[in-house]
Amino acid sequence: MSDTTSRRGLRRSVLPGFGTSAAITSLVITAMVILPLSVLVFRAASLGPAGFLAAAWTPRARAAYAVSLGAALAAAAISSACGLLVAWVLVRIPFPGRRLLDALVDVPLALPTAVAGLVYSALYVERGWLGRFLVPLGIHGAYSWLGIVLVLTFVSLPFAIRVVQPVLESLDRDTEEAARMLGASRLQTFMKVILPAIVPALLTGFALALARALGEYGSVVFISGNMPFKTEIAPVLIVSRLEEFAYAEATAIAVVLLAMSISLLIVVNTLQQWAARNAH
Amino acid sequence: MSSPAPRSGGRLAENLLVAAAVAVVGLLIVVPLASVFAEAFAGGVAAWWRALAHDPDTRHAIWLSLTVAPLAVAINTGFGIAAAWLLARFRFPGRSLLITLCDLPFSVSPVVAGLALVLIFGRQGLLGPTLAALGWKVIFSWPGLVLATTFVTLPLVVREVLPVMEAIGPEEELAAVSLGAGGWQVFTRITLPNIRWALLHGVVLANARAMGEFGAVYVVSGHIAGATDTMPLRVEKLFQEYRTPASMAVASVLAGLALVTLVAKFVIERQLEAEARELAAARGLADTIDTDPATAGSDASGKDSSA
Repeated sequence: MSDTTSRRGLRRSVLPGFGTSAAITSLVITAMVILPLSVLVFRAASLGPAGFLAAAWTPRARAAYAVSLGAALAAAAISSACGLLVAWVLVRIPFPGRRLLDALVDVPLALPTAVAGLVYSALYVERGWLGRFLVPLGIHGAYSWLGIVLVLTFVSLPFAIRVVQPVLESLDRDTEEAARMLGASRLQTFMKVILPAIVPALLTGFALALARALGEYGSVVFISGNMPFKTEIAPVLIVSRLEEFAYAEATAIAVVLLAMSISLLIVVNTLQQWAARNAH
Repeated sequence: MSSPAPRSGGRLAENLLVAAAVAVVGLLIVVPLASVFAEAFAGGVAAWWRALAHDPDTRHAIWLSLTVAPLAVAINTGFGIAAAWLLARFRFPGRSLLITLCDLPFSVSPVVAGLALVLIFGRQGLLGPTLAALGWKVIFSWPGLVLATTFVTLPLVVREVLPVMEAIGPEEELAAVSLGAGGWQVFTRITLPNIRWALLHGVVLANARAMGEFGAVYVVSGHIAGATDTMPLRVEKLFQEYRTPASMAVASVLAGLALVTLVAKFVIERQLEAEARELAAARGLADTIDTDPATAGSDASGKDSSA
């Protein structure tokens, strides 16, 4: 591009700034990303396999993984379903206030998670705006697993919507119209023509929502009650162990969480490459 | 836009879908957002102001957030521009890896990030003895807060600026160099004006994230009231102390900031779209499918533009 290759392996850049930008970038990336995460992994590795297992696989930790994964999966599923609905409406159906709805979708991205947690917990307790109707029905949105799912859905919803939205926008309508003209019902058209085209985006949205939900801490702390074995998520357990100076356990659980996050990252990247290939 | 008009049954289905979508967004987003402000001002504006201004720990938290966040954003802006320049204009082994590393903070739970920092800078950490000898406090002190906040906001500016730098291409800068411009001149006269809206977009997003960060800062700060509590931590502390009205007051300031962020984001994205259209038109592309580089750069969509 901006290089002139004079001999194989020898490139001279015409543009200035390679040295400076490379220096700044490597310095910051090494200090802020590579070093901290490496130290984390090495500290965990220094426990040895048996020690690591003992630290990362305690009953309380297992319960925390189950709560984290279960709630995140549920939230990602709800986000994906609602995300498809909202994206569909935003792209396909003109109605007054559509721009406002579109802007509102970004709120969870901008709102601090602590505020979200505070407000959700206030809403769903017995005296809250929503709790006063729901608690008598036996639906406890606060200090419960359901509460965790609610806030995780809140924080992950924009991810599900914003991945599916552009794909819906760029869908080729000709195939759809052909199907309708040949007599397919709206449902058939949706199931056979539209849905297959957006499956990669749906899966990517689900994976992104899941990744977001797995790492979430701030909002859950307010609403779950953080009861060990019942509503304690993995990040809360990490903090709890850290405050008791049980560094080994905290580090081990953190590495498990990190492994889950990075696996999801790989899955998302693969899905996006698949989606990009499918788009042609 | 070219779809045939729906039959009457279709119209009903459409209305139902819109109602459902509005209900979802309303229940999940609008009602919570509205309730922050309603509860914050429930006792009147005077009580709201008292909760914010008359509590020394709350005042300190506000001041702390207003110093830590901009500092972290400044660091990330410098980093973001440097990294975007490096990734957009040059090809080198390890480029893809570098892009992944830049994005990595997005995938890491904030608590894990905070813990990693403690393992380096804490008393029992890698640099613990060194720092103790120097008398420098990082963990349980504001440098730690800045580091934690910088980590979680690291990708935000790069992700905005990089696609725009790539889309614009190096032609103008190459032309300037061939005419004898020095590096700094090229940067300030050509690159910076070209990326200013993307840069602003990134800064706005990074600032919102920085002010709102909770998990990483919670771990690193020791959450000492009046010393290392930022605004989100203050919200949590007041909540734990059952002082919900005061907690809501601080939360309402953060929520107000979030709304300002969204408005700014909206305005900036219109500018970005307009610039992208101009760019496409200038390149003679009549049918541009995606005129919105903001989509490519926003939080939700994934990692793109790796060569």
